[in-house]
Amino acid sequence: MTSSAIFLFLVMLALGSFVFARQKALAGAGGDPAKLHSLPRHYGYFAATCVLLPGLFAFGIWVIFGNSIIEGLILSGVPDRVFEQNGDQATLVLNRIRLAVENPNSPETDPDILAAAAKFQAIYLKGIWAAFVLSISLGLVGLYVAVNRTKPDFRARNKFERVVLITLGMSSVIAIATTLGIVASLLFESLRFFQEVSIAEFVFGLHWSPQTALRADQVASAGAFGAVPLFAGTLLISFIAMLVAGPIGLLAAIYLTQYASQRMRKIAKPMLEVLAGVPTVVYGFFAALTVAPLFRDMGITLGLDIASESALAAGIVMGIMIIPFVSSLSDDAITAVPKSLKDGSLALGATPSETIKQVVLPAALPGIVGAFLLAISRAVGETMIVVMAAGMQPNLTANPFEAVTTVTVQIVALLTGDQEFDSAKTLSAFALGLALFVSTMVLNVIALKIVRKYREVYD
Amino acid sequence: MSDNAKEIKPTDWHSPEMNARIKRRYRKEKWFKGLGFTAVILAAMFLVTLIGRIAGDGLYGFVQTSIELDIPFEESILGNPREMSKADFEENVRRANMLRIIDASLQGHFPDVKSRRDRRELLRMVSTGARAQIRDMVLANPSLVGTTERVRLLASDDVDQLRKGRIDASEPEANRKVKDKELGWYQKLKEEGRVSLNFHTTFLTSGDSRDPELAGIWGATVGSALTLLVTLAIAFPIGVLTAIYLEEFAPKNRLTDLIEVNINNLAAVPSIVFGLLGLAVFLGVMHLPRSAPLVGGLTLALMTLPTIIIASRASIKAVPPSIRDAARGLGASPMQVVFHHVVPLAMPGILTGTIIGMAQALGETAPLLMIGMVAFIVDIPGGVTDAATALPVQIFLWADSPERAFVEKTSAAILVLLTFLIAMNGLAIWLRQKFEQHW
Amino acid sequence: MYKMASELETMTETRKPKMLAENVNVFYGTNHAVKGITLDLHQDEVTALIGPSGCGKSTFLRCLNRMNDTVASCRVEGRITLDGEDIYASRIDVVQLRARVGMVFQKPNPFPKSIYDNVAYGPRIHGLAQTRTDLDEIVSTALEKAGLWNEVKDRLESPGTALSGGQQQRLCIARAIAVNPEVILMDEPCSALDPIATAKVEALIDELKGRYAIAIVTHSMQQAARVSQKTAFFHMGDLVEHGDTTEIFTAPKQERTRDYITGRFG
Repeated sequence: MTSSAIFLFLVMLALGSFVFARQKALAGAGGDPAKLHSLPRHYGYFAATCVLLPGLFAFGIWVIFGNSIIEGLILSGVPDRVFEQNGDQATLVLNRIRLAVENPNSPETDPDILAAAAKFQAIYLKGIWAAFVLSISLGLVGLYVAVNRTKPDFRARNKFERVVLITLGMSSVIAIATTLGIVASLLFESLRFFQEVSIAEFVFGLHWSPQTALRADQVASAGAFGAVPLFAGTLLISFIAMLVAGPIGLLAAIYLTQYASQRMRKIAKPMLEVLAGVPTVVYGFFAALTVAPLFRDMGITLGLDIASESALAAGIVMGIMIIPFVSSLSDDAITAVPKSLKDGSLALGATPSETIKQVVLPAALPGIVGAFLLAISRAVGETMIVVMAAGMQPNLTANPFEAVTTVTVQIVALLTGDQEFDSAKTLSAFALGLALFVSTMVLNVIALKIVRKYREVYD
Repeated sequence: MSDNAKEIKPTDWHSPEMNARIKRRYRKEKWFKGLGFTAVILAAMFLVTLIGRIAGDGLYGFVQTSIELDIPFEESILGNPREMSKADFEENVRRANMLRIIDASLQGHFPDVKSRRDRRELLRMVSTGARAQIRDMVLANPSLVGTTERVRLLASDDVDQLRKGRIDASEPEANRKVKDKELGWYQKLKEEGRVSLNFHTTFLTSGDSRDPELAGIWGATVGSALTLLVTLAIAFPIGVLTAIYLEEFAPKNRLTDLIEVNINNLAAVPSIVFGLLGLAVFLGVMHLPRSAPLVGGLTLALMTLPTIIIASRASIKAVPPSIRDAARGLGASPMQVVFHHVVPLAMPGILTGTIIGMAQALGETAPLLMIGMVAFIVDIPGGVTDAATALPVQIFLWADSPERAFVEKTSAAILVLLTFLIAMNGLAIWLRQKFEQHW
Repeated sequence: MYKMASELETMTETRKPKMLAENVNVFYGTNHAVKGITLDLHQDEVTALIGPSGCGKSTFLRCLNRMNDTVASCRVEGRITLDGEDIYASRIDVVQLRARVGMVFQKPNPFPKSIYDNVAYGPRIHGLAQTRTDLDEIVSTALEKAGLWNEVKDRLESPGTALSGGQQQRLCIARAIAVNPEVILMDEPCSALDPIATAKVEALIDELKGRYAIAIVTHSMQQAARVSQKTAFFHMGDLVEHGDTTEIFTAPKQERTRDYITGRFG
């Protein structure tokens, strides 16, 4: 018995109910569909949903919470000695138990672990049978209710459509649930982090070195969680990126909308789309392999000291990545300016560039500002390029030739590899994530507001 | 007309000052236009450099150097297939020390290499995968035992790099990975015509490996496919249903407004934040298996959802109201109007948006790092709960490897990824053009 | 008034036309929009171009200051002269041409700038004012001529888009006047305005007559009768009839003109 088997059972039960209810409805009407309120299949649909909804509900609860409940039960039975041996890490103990369960010939010798593994299997089996019985019986209750109501004058279509409408509404709530999930998980973990490290230290502290001791007996520094160097690094790289992407993206958008021939647009637009479609990891690889060494060598020739992982290299490559983003959003903003304004200026004898600079751009300014804000938010949240090319060293500097680290780099560094889940070090990643989420959200909300206001003016 | 005093004299458009001014204005015009053109050209140059650089390295990733050696399939090492049972023979072959066979062969080619150290160095010119190669040959054809065959064995990554010209022999010995001695051996083999560059199927068919010449992208490709499957199964229905609800049924109230704003904002949330969500909820709360395509797919589904919703809404909105009126006039219920008429007509646009969303998900790396799909995994994943990695993550992992030979493997993997992405986007464009309706 | 106009007409007959279009053809791609039109515009008079929509009158008007240059698919043949100079000749500068031949559009299109900056825009780009006082002078004169000065003199810094439709259109006329043009082209300047605003703009056109050669496209025959001295009737890209406004409206020579004026089609 596995989870997918429960699911399959439910689906089959629903199919059966569909056929059964349809037949019953038809029989009730003496085989004449015209005497039914709804089409025969609507009775079938109704019965199938009556089975599936409660059944899937029970199944969903099992899928979401089943594992944690079982693990909790198992771990509560494991003696403290085992935990102590594994550095007080529940995940390690669990992994050993799981290995023992999955592989009967495993080299596991600890009797407590083996006992837990045996218990695990028993409990798991009980749990899954409970889930099976619960979801199928709920489904059967649904079937009973549905079949009872299957009479010729029952408004099956309306009922079924009501259910569909509710399903539609529920799925649109998922978007909100996602946001709530993000906020809740970030907030929850961050709050735990801020119990150990004060918010003031995190926001204003100038020193970042999250190397806390893994074990209590280890002699190590307590770790410092001042995130200012990370914020500064993020800003520095985003600034460099915008120095590249802002002018190039905007000028390209101007050229493509105002000057370029139809043919050139036909070539350039897909080209920018390709540039936008290249995965960030590819840009990261390009930055680390080609651009960074190039700058370092150039630095050597020019007598400048450019680190092999410089903010400059990461920033410029990130700028290249953002060019299509800036240009397509600016393009939208510029094309939204009514042609009559442009004509008005040209008819006064202005040259195209005077028209663009003095009429079109000022008119499109809110849209362009919105585009830039969205681009900045994109740069701030970009991960792979900086992970691969910016470096790990927290460095409070404005010198683009030095290596800096960013919020996203540290999140990746803190959360990849094996960590215990609730150390301050791991939790700090969520605090960084929260800072990232809030700052990009603020940028986005402002940008979208500006853009929307601006659209209203010209629509 | 009342006060002629304010009458302005006709402008003299041909005065020298005016002419100079016009010239100046046109010069500015030219500059501005040139600036715009330069921006477009710069963007094009970036793209060409990026693709050129990666293609230049990447194409070498698909070929691999082999060395042809005369391999003595010695009975003393492999056992005699005629004298023992099939199972015993195969067991024997599996346990046999193939290094001895290769060593013997190399002794034949380089009789003057005597010291143990040198012989070990010599062995290192052949890939560690050569042993498995010989084993598989014998297992497939036991009659080889006792004969000596010329066999094309995979070369080590150093020899491979030498063959591809990545290691500069003219540099001082201390600065290069391949020493003079090995260089001499290589030259000898090359002069005998034993070194060749061949298309390397292993790269497309095997999983990850510590040895660049044995590493492949099949494992990562399967991982990506499984992940995308989960993403599609979750994001497509939910995205389309949400779009239908918001476009066709949602009452205009504050909740609907909130959902709208929320979706637009969600589209701009950094992808790594979705990774944190996946880590906290799918791994932390729901205890789903770490490193699994299931979790990766769920995380990416949440990330792609806004893209699909926004595209589907635009497509549904483009279906003209007259179609809805016509269906309603025939007595269709609101649900029937939508599912029988509007959605089928909007489907091409919805699919286009979905494919673009999937392409985004395929190229995404950061969220997968968060949920642990970043491990070194040799096996090809068999299901959505197996530990797996994905193509972009594989690229990230290889990019971090110190071996020079991984650079071209990384680039080759990027070429494969880009091929997939271009194919997906091409499909989306084709769909859009083929089914584009002008109402 | 009509009589006066016709007297004026006989007086100016011998004078050189300000603008002269000879055998002008316009194509949009393969679409022949304007067919062999010959027409003259004179200083001191208003010429109305009338005809059903799509007849080519606006297209023809836009040839006179080369605004059709901005449409990629548009091709113009024939000869158009301003003071005897071919405006499509290569040595003619389109920037200067448009300053000399101003244009007012169908929909008021003030720039999203202050009223002052709207009017000062043209003089600034053409360098018509050396000092701020000069510029102030030009702006106030233009606004006065456009009959808008009294309404806006206290709020020159407020945005031009905040004015009412009729005021916006007069602002656009002031903007055109500010660069001191010789010809003003008006493309259905009142079609987006209410009757009161229309009356004001018509009165303004009457005021401006005499200083500028004016061509006005309109689909209102009443308007053509009210403001113009000459009328040209366009139909399907042809210039059907051209002559004194009084004559066209009272004794049209062509069948098609009569049908149009009496409302039989259009």
